[in-house]
Amino acid sequence: MSPFIELTNSSPLLSFITAITIGIGFGFALEQAGFSSSRKLAGMFYGYDTTVLKVFFTAAIVAMLGTQFLQYFGMLELEQVYINQYYVYASVIGGVIMGAGFVMGGFCPGTGISALSIGKIDALFYILGGAFGAYLFGLLYPSLEKLFLAGYKGPVKLSTTLGLSDGVFIFLVILAAVGMFWLAEKAEKKFARPDITAEL
Amino acid sequence: MNPYLAGIMLGLVLLSAIYFSGRGLGASGGIKYCVASVVGALSPDNASGSLYFGKYFEGGAKPLSNWLVIEILGLLIGGFISGLYSGRLKLKVERPSHVSSARRLLFAFLGGAFFVFGAQLARGCTSGAALSGMAVLSTAGFVTMIAIFGSAYGFAWFFRKNWI
Repeated sequence: MSPFIELTNSSPLLSFITAITIGIGFGFALEQAGFSSSRKLAGMFYGYDTTVLKVFFTAAIVAMLGTQFLQYFGMLELEQVYINQYYVYASVIGGVIMGAGFVMGGFCPGTGISALSIGKIDALFYILGGAFGAYLFGLLYPSLEKLFLAGYKGPVKLSTTLGLSDGVFIFLVILAAVGMFWLAEKAEKKFARPDITAEL
Repeated sequence: MNPYLAGIMLGLVLLSAIYFSGRGLGASGGIKYCVASVVGALSPDNASGSLYFGKYFEGGAKPLSNWLVIEILGLLIGGFISGLYSGRLKLKVERPSHVSSARRLLFAFLGGAFFVFGAQLARGCTSGAALSGMAVLSTAGFVTMIAIFGSAYGFAWFFRKNWI
């Protein structure tokens, strides 16, 4: 098991140091990936730049495999780790609303903050809009609560639902990602916009 | 930076978050706690009585000291260091030349509002629900990821004039 999790969560000082250090790494990685540019991010939806797919799936696979290895070597127990709760309707409808926001604003919240950190004024408006969205949700929560709590399935794993071992499931995710990386390279050629990518 | 290399770096940051704190990364949650804090400062009665924001003040808790708020403070610092390192620090409204600044800022605001509203419903955004959720193989993570990207492709045609 990880000796750090309980320690981190029991000491306010350690918790602060961990949170800020991980945040710095997070911000650095997002900005180095080029995610501080809305035009680069939006390229994902028009095909001229597929960095989002490459970074996102590479990161997911590294973290998935890393978590498996840490468990295998007895350095982590999954019981110690937060597994996202699955509420069917909230996940799907929330995701659809987020997708609309993504293509309107060109950022997701993490990349918006990363863009704000290097001085993008549009990112400042994005984050202010985000604060308004959170406020609006709080205001409307009494009428949204039913939807928020509907279709609760618990902290389920997709591998379990599909009846696969975690290892086989991750292997299939890697195969799918390699297929998508190949398609992404083709898309970047087919939908190339040298006029846009030259300005990024 | 090469996107696959940046992806490995982001994956290792996420793995460290899981190993050292037992939870993944988050961004929209930090924004929510900041909003809760502002609501609490402006109108304490409304905040503690709110069905949604009330729980963040229980037992005298201060939403601004939440883990996610500290993490997005770090996110700002890390992004700034990277921008400094790569010479990208610059105040500007980024937009294609055929899109006015006012239009870009309006759509940025709307996009943020939609995204963070949706993230409250789905209990996390691209970071907390999709990426971190997928790392621990949660069904919620995969479903949210497919919903976000599927929907963005579905809506892309309507907003194409803002980008291409």
